[in-house]
Amino acid sequence: MTGITRAEVCVVACAEAWRGDGAILASPVGLIPSLGARLARLTFEPALLLTDGEAYLVDAAGEIEGWMPYREVFTILAAGRRHMMMGAAQIDRHGNQNISAIGDWKRPKAQLLGVRGAPGNTVNHPVSYWIPKHSARVFTPRVDMVSGVGYDRGARELRVVVTNLAVLDFETPERVMRLRSVHPGVAVAEVVAATGFPLVVPDEVPVTRAPTAPELALIRDRLDPTGLREREVP
Amino acid sequence: MTPDEIVAELHDGMTIGIGGWGSRRKPMALVRAILRSPLKNLTVVSYAGPDVGLLVASGQAKRVVTAFASLDSIALEPHFRRARQDGSVELTELDEGMLYWGLLAAAHRLPFLPIRAGLGSGVLEVNPELRTVRSPYADPFGLGEELVAVPALKLDAALVHMNRADAAGNAQYLGPDPYFDDLFCLAAARAYVSCEQLVPRLTGPPQSMLLNRAMVHGVALTPNGAHFTSCVPDYPRDEAFQTRYAKAAADPAAWAEFCARYLEDTEAAYQEAVRA
Repeated sequence: MTGITRAEVCVVACAEAWRGDGAILASPVGLIPSLGARLARLTFEPALLLTDGEAYLVDAAGEIEGWMPYREVFTILAAGRRHMMMGAAQIDRHGNQNISAIGDWKRPKAQLLGVRGAPGNTVNHPVSYWIPKHSARVFTPRVDMVSGVGYDRGARELRVVVTNLAVLDFETPERVMRLRSVHPGVAVAEVVAATGFPLVVPDEVPVTRAPTAPELALIRDRLDPTGLREREVP
Repeated sequence: MTPDEIVAELHDGMTIGIGGWGSRRKPMALVRAILRSPLKNLTVVSYAGPDVGLLVASGQAKRVVTAFASLDSIALEPHFRRARQDGSVELTELDEGMLYWGLLAAAHRLPFLPIRAGLGSGVLEVNPELRTVRSPYADPFGLGEELVAVPALKLDAALVHMNRADAAGNAQYLGPDPYFDDLFCLAAARAYVSCEQLVPRLTGPPQSMLLNRAMVHGVALTPNGAHFTSCVPDYPRDEAFQTRYAKAAADPAAWAEFCARYLEDTEAAYQEAVRA
């Protein structure tokens, strides 16, 4: 199949975050992570639990298979049986994430969402991040309000950071951010330049794997037939 | 009771918990009654949506205790955002799980409950009054962990909205999520329920009968009273109206017009105006 888009590479890279997780609650935030989680469930990770975004657990076809009201989410997250992929307005090399406010917290330049459940998520279960626009504004030396905690502040497991340019992880001795792979057509230097802190770059940086033909068919025909993904990652 | 009679039992400076979540099943008719009242200096505890937005916009909420403020389909609550940026509202920012635990502690009359959420995060830095504890027991998990001691979020009053209630205060939600409305009621010295329908007797799944009359001090019949938030299965969120709300919130003149058109008269007038 030809004409694979960057958005489709990102969907598969997000799906890969949940590989090996088994029967845990997958909590994607945003379109591309949601497509990724559903793709993982439809292919290599069939045991994943997904919600409808409100209070039901739904199967791959969207049919109700169980109940997950908020209070149960807090229980399953404390039990560690969840892997969430969140966004980040800012993230540093240790994986500290900010979704609360930009500037001085007392009187922020920009009030964002608030810390939400990010503090609890990051100390209890695996967390990954999705950054649709990889830039030095997001990848900052320090974050203004630590919402999700990084490895230097007690994170349980930060799996991967997927962006429009690359996949990053924390598989270094100091548990700081490393370039894991670059998406097809992206130069390593481009990622380094768009990152506002020193990134660990291995001698050999692999290329993020392309979607398989069956994966592409699922993304295009079943999961996102109207192509919303292309708007999030042009 | 009427919404106005409920609000007449509230006082300046109270800590008021509001049930629901974001822009879902909020007791908006009771919030609108507060807007028509002279109440001030309130501390509002909420999984915040337009309930908090309106009370911040009116200047009646002096402090907000929350983990976020969102309209769900519109990510950021516009009034809350502006008030934070111009410094006109105080914030106690907690993790969502900490908020749950604080309500649970208060509901159980405990001074605090331990939780992992918050450790290492900015939440402990912006709330320097928060303390941690260590388990007094041999740790079965072998971690020897320090835990956050979430203080009880004791409320002077709770306001929640249910699909059905009887006059005595037994009440039922028919949507997919109870949120934390039972805990809000138990954490409060006085709890008030507004409802879509007042019924002689609750019927349906027993698990949906969330509140009983021991937890509730007053009931008000407020059809469409969660508008414009969702109250499924009775009605979904009024997305068109919420968009109008958010657009008006972005501009002081438009907001004054919105208030005059919808919020300054009675609840009956509000309901008539939103039908128009």
